[in-house]
Amino acid sequence: MAKSTVFFKNKPRICSTFTIAGPKEGNSLFGKYIHEILKDDRFDEDTFEKAECKMLSYCIEQTIKSANKKQTDINALISGDLLNQIISASFAARNFDFPYIGVYNACSTFSEALSLSAVLVDGGYMKNVVAATGSHFATAERQYRYPLELGSTRPPQSQWTVTGAGGALITDKGSYPKIISATFGKVVDFGITDANNMGAAMAPACCDTLLTLLKETDTSPKDYDLILTGDLGALGSRLMKKLAKERGVNIDNHCDCGEMIYNLKEEEYQGGSGAGCSAVVFSSYIYKKLMKKEIKRMILLATGALLSSLSSQQGESIPGISHAVVVEA
Amino acid sequence: MWEIIFMYIKAFFVGGAICMIAQILINVTKLTSGRILVIFMLAGLILQAFGVYEYLIDFAGAGATVPISGFGYLLAQGAISGAKNGLFGAITGGLKSASAGITAAIVFSLIVALISRPKSKVH
Amino acid sequence: MTTKNNQNYNKEYIEYVKKIAPKTNEARSLFHAFLVGGFICLIGQFIRYLFLYTFGLFGDELAGATSMALIFIGCVLTGFGVYDNIGHFAGGGSIVPITGFANSVCSPAMEFKSEGFVYGLASKMFVVAGPIIVYGVSASVLTGLIYYFIGIFTA
Repeated sequence: MAKSTVFFKNKPRICSTFTIAGPKEGNSLFGKYIHEILKDDRFDEDTFEKAECKMLSYCIEQTIKSANKKQTDINALISGDLLNQIISASFAARNFDFPYIGVYNACSTFSEALSLSAVLVDGGYMKNVVAATGSHFATAERQYRYPLELGSTRPPQSQWTVTGAGGALITDKGSYPKIISATFGKVVDFGITDANNMGAAMAPACCDTLLTLLKETDTSPKDYDLILTGDLGALGSRLMKKLAKERGVNIDNHCDCGEMIYNLKEEEYQGGSGAGCSAVVFSSYIYKKLMKKEIKRMILLATGALLSSLSSQQGESIPGISHAVVVEA
Repeated sequence: MWEIIFMYIKAFFVGGAICMIAQILINVTKLTSGRILVIFMLAGLILQAFGVYEYLIDFAGAGATVPISGFGYLLAQGAISGAKNGLFGAITGGLKSASAGITAAIVFSLIVALISRPKSKVH
Repeated sequence: MTTKNNQNYNKEYIEYVKKIAPKTNEARSLFHAFLVGGFICLIGQFIRYLFLYTFGLFGDELAGATSMALIFIGCVLTGFGVYDNIGHFAGGGSIVPITGFANSVCSPAMEFKSEGFVYGLASKMFVVAGPIIVYGVSASVLTGLIYYFIGIFTA
């Protein structure tokens, strides 16, 4: 069986990160770890799409700046978001004078971008690559669901798209957290059709990638300080752990970015989701912990639900995907 | 005087009960708001096609006309009374009697949409 | 390859998800829906009496004016960004009244204004409420035709 894990010989470093998020994220307990909080999630633009693009663009700029590098040092940008034709990332990229590689894997785009950046840097093809993703509640809502002002009810299994963007600069040397390996995931579809229950749709894919990673790296969950999933939410996390247990793997050092980012009251339902969710959580709080070496070795498993508003209206089930990266302090 | 107060009470309870049925449907079937509106409108229309809904309106007033089923009632009522005047009336009667609601919805929505823009939510 | 790629579907998993999926707080959501729905109808009744006793409207005119007034209220509340919060609290209680119909016309109009006045605001206005008019008008024509032919045969 061919392996899906890439082991990095030169161990690319994450030399800086930057995160920006909306007021709702800022008001949660997690808010104090985020680098910059917007007072208004329109970000002084006239549409939410423009705000999302500006947020991502600002985040890329600040990621480069906080590494004390110049834009001319950057070899490429790998970026993506949730909007149709990934317009936020592409439009953000036109502000920069370096190559842009657009990627899309729904909410798992961040770990996908991180893995691909690591591949490019590890191979010695590039020196500095920025991986950044973002999402915006208002734009995701109008694309996948209803107009903002429609007085419809959200079912309790739904998640809340994170308004935020996170970026990381991957470079070839320095004493920073290292990317050890990346495991690219398969598309797994167990037949969930409820577009509001994305946690349940993504959990099987997440479990599949995690088990593949553990098998191919010959490790067990105990070898890691933290297994961080992207945006499974409370329900999805529970399902993922159950699926793993059924296949003989007990996970008890697991956290979910979606569960962490909001104060889990009833209001936020199952937690956060979106391409910005894992990007914001990993690049702020988790990255700081890695820098302080409070987390020595961890897995980041961002998860994505590969649906579109058309596919769910046509009654298609929701395929899930998850890409994993192993990071060491 | 008591009649008016009694009418308010009836409107409250009948209107509330219709909305509660809608909420039961939402909870049980996870229907979305567009579908709920269509179902209730058709329910009102069918009930009036059998001549039943007007008794509910006589009983509860706004409690029966304000829910969207009252809109269905109007459509059916218009078609039925139009049918008495011939084929043309049978076809146009429904929309004719519902025209006030649709016109208001279009015009007011246009005005409001021109003035204001959507705000992001926090819950 | 089949068009519906369902050989990997896991029935057991789907059943399990259904079993543990969180449920809406039944009693509370019903109570909220009842309260708000009833209250909107109460306002409707008030407007009805207002038009009846102060302007002397009656019959179809009274019914039409009352629903127009309620639609106006629904649109204004939507414009101020209040109606979605009412909907969050009340669920079905604010969807079913005619104000909910107004909200479902007004909210897409506001939302899609950013895509222009013709292809955005105007063409997306009935994105949620369109089906009500399509099926309502069609069903009313059917009703009218049935009554018309019954009238012919029984005359």
